[in-house]
Amino acid sequence: MKIKLKVWRQKGPNAKGEFKTYNVDHASPDMSFLEMIDVLNGELIRKGEEAIAFDHDCREGICGMCSLYINGHPHGPLQTTTCQLHMRTFKDGETITVEPWRAQAFPVIKDLVVDRSAFDRIQQAGGYVNVNTGGVPDANEIPIPKKIADEAFDAATCIGCGACVAACKNASAMLFVSAKISQFALLPQGQVERKERAEKMVAQMDAEGFGSCTNTYACEAECPKGIKVANIARMNREYLGAMLTSYEVGSGGGGE
Amino acid sequence: MNLDSKIPEGPLAEKWTKHKFNLKLVNPANKRKYEVIVVGTGLAGASAAASLGELGYNVKAFCFQDSPRRAHSIAAQGGINAAKNYQNDGDSIYRLFYDTIKGGDYRAREGNVYRLAESSVSIIDQCVAQGVPFAREYGGLLANRSFGGAQVSRTFYARGQTGQQLLLGAYGALNRQIANGKVKMYSRTEMLDVVIVDGKARGIITRDLLTGKIESHSAHAVLLCTGGYGNVFYLSTNAKGSNVTAAWRAHKRGAFFGNPCFTQIHPTCIPVSGDHQSKLTLMSESLRNDGRVWVPKKPMPGLKGADAMKVPEADRDYFLERKYPSFGNLVPRDVASRNAKIVCDEGRGVGSGLAVFLDFTDAIKRDGEATIRAKYGNLFDMYAQITGDNPYKGPMMIYPAVHYTMGGLWVDYNLMTNVPGLYALGEANFSDHGANRLGASALMQGLADGYFVIPYTVGDYLANIGWADKVSTDHPAFKEAIQQSIDRMNKLINIKGKKTVDEFHRQLGLTMWEYCGMSRSEQGLKKAKQIIQDIKKEFWTNVNVLGTANELNQELEKANRVADFIELGELMVDDALDRKESCGGHFREESQTPEGEALRKDDEYAYVAAWEYKGENQPEQLHKEELKFENVKLTQRSYK
Repeated sequence: MKIKLKVWRQKGPNAKGEFKTYNVDHASPDMSFLEMIDVLNGELIRKGEEAIAFDHDCREGICGMCSLYINGHPHGPLQTTTCQLHMRTFKDGETITVEPWRAQAFPVIKDLVVDRSAFDRIQQAGGYVNVNTGGVPDANEIPIPKKIADEAFDAATCIGCGACVAACKNASAMLFVSAKISQFALLPQGQVERKERAEKMVAQMDAEGFGSCTNTYACEAECPKGIKVANIARMNREYLGAMLTSYEVGSGGGGE
Repeated sequence: MNLDSKIPEGPLAEKWTKHKFNLKLVNPANKRKYEVIVVGTGLAGASAAASLGELGYNVKAFCFQDSPRRAHSIAAQGGINAAKNYQNDGDSIYRLFYDTIKGGDYRAREGNVYRLAESSVSIIDQCVAQGVPFAREYGGLLANRSFGGAQVSRTFYARGQTGQQLLLGAYGALNRQIANGKVKMYSRTEMLDVVIVDGKARGIITRDLLTGKIESHSAHAVLLCTGGYGNVFYLSTNAKGSNVTAAWRAHKRGAFFGNPCFTQIHPTCIPVSGDHQSKLTLMSESLRNDGRVWVPKKPMPGLKGADAMKVPEADRDYFLERKYPSFGNLVPRDVASRNAKIVCDEGRGVGSGLAVFLDFTDAIKRDGEATIRAKYGNLFDMYAQITGDNPYKGPMMIYPAVHYTMGGLWVDYNLMTNVPGLYALGEANFSDHGANRLGASALMQGLADGYFVIPYTVGDYLANIGWADKVSTDHPAFKEAIQQSIDRMNKLINIKGKKTVDEFHRQLGLTMWEYCGMSRSEQGLKKAKQIIQDIKKEFWTNVNVLGTANELNQELEKANRVADFIELGELMVDDALDRKESCGGHFREESQTPEGEALRKDDEYAYVAAWEYKGENQPEQLHKEELKFENVKLTQRSYK
């Protein structure tokens, strides 16, 4: 099949970017979208033009490294990651527009590569249980109802790709942040630091310059892992509860 | 050179406890005076960096991805073994030890494997305490399943995403130490070299992948947790970025490479769909619990989907059930893989010719589609997504693919390479799995090494050298290593040849797959050696890397890694040539039983092959570490 690609090219973080058009004449319907770009890159290199830079790693839909805003959708038209999107999803002769994630908190590094380190900093603010290695109770000491464990698991499957931010007109990261807060709010292991965690992670999210949530649910519609917006509601409850009662957790409050 | 494995004396079950007691400790107040470098942030690296940070050491951690959470441990599906015996079905530490030694075809050390089985129990406790959402029963306790043909249910799992959940647990622990200031994280940073002064590892050279800046980092010890080298085959289930560069550079600086030819080829992967293929996707081998593997008795080129359903029973060959009546479709990975290759070599492959059927028709008839959907729905969806075929309407097609490398840097019982202060953890080392790894054991080993072994053993080394024994990055050895790395990058950029990096990588991969894959012969291996040498020559004169070395340049990153894969490929071939026996994942055509099964030769080859680099284009020198078996009796595997 033949494809026309309009791809965002940008030499570096401070360079001015522009769309460039490329023709891919021998795409196969069985190719993944990224393999189609591999083929194009091979042709570009042979012509003496630099390959299009894009992030990717596992190519099986779990590492969260691939991105790409394709025809106005993060990860393209299907609710999956770009690496799991195949060319058979597109029509022969179609023009496909490929952009990087667009968000203030995800600055472009080069071409389609963006900086998502803000996500790491939010997790560093409290996305864990404070336990050291060793000295923990037996794994079966605390029974957890299957329903709770399953719900926590559903939240924990977030791959941190950033599609929720890219999908949101406000570039809000609330789906991402709420997934981690929910996982620990549900599990007994997360109870001890429940309030502090919500306060710290939300504070870091705000500090990174992500927008606020206006309930359009675009994030849920585009999330390749089907993370539910119910998590955002839970996060709001957790955060509000923490703020109202934070004097109980001593000087913790909004972090140090 | 005497390879000392440092396995402690004494009864198997007491070795590790005794050893831990005999290891020197670093005074809590002195720990902050030590620096440790951890390269790689998968299960081994993240767990090691976090645990060492908790103890009070200053850690610098490195990964080439944009975040430590992306490391390829994240993609492990099936589960993690632990000898908890929660199911009351006769499991024990000894049984897990025994199964692992036997599964590895008696090419691993008893002492290491026993310690691994022992640590498995603590891993599950640790992960649960971190909030890892393992699967649970209705009563609220942890669920287990039997995996990879094991006779007991000892595998803990989180749907088909166990690796993801375990890695995110370790990533959380790592983040906590980053927030505490005990770990300094360097993402998008790739290790290019290790610096050795006075015989000890003193630090590393890295490249900032965003700016191209080459930098040096010094420390008291260096831990390589950089995963396996399956991508030497180009097509594998590894992530695109997975590479051997850190381990290979360490090898070229003196660290021995152990059993490089031991590769695991996984039978249930989605077949190659064309020349554009960039990676292969694994589907959990749990599918073999209900799926039946077959090909037509006579060649039927292009057979697939609904047409396959019409092939009468009498014209089908369920070759695993026929040849191995007692294990059937559940034979170990290497046996299933090799037999798929045999039937395809006979021209009886289906689809493209390089595939066999995995058929759920009988299971659906027996249990109903709803049951099969509940068990394997996500895998069926994944299959449909990638192939465009509906697996409920026709049999799936599968073919083996490279999945894991049991070989790696040689390490002693303390996980230290033969270079003092240089350690290798997880898949990056050669230990524990022998010639073949059991399902659900990779996650176990990565976390055992990082959480429960290295925090003890590295302390002993640090206590012995003392905190003053550190070399600054101003040392000439660092300057020299930096210059060598800069020169190498410039050299790659300046070749300005005609072929892309991927073209070389594919060519290398095809050669490795053909001659050093599922089946190996002296003739084929010798041919491969010649081809690889030619590839190497052509690479260094005809590769085309555009752009500069001072920016984000993904082609340069690839070129740098492929250059190392080419050299590793040749060593794998040398190792495969040396080992004139069949064992585990290594099948030498010259060494088989009259029925065509693998024939191990214990009196000649019960050793670890540890290879020493002797200089550019020089043959490597083989050192043998004899394996001693005091607790298990060596038997030939049989699945008939």
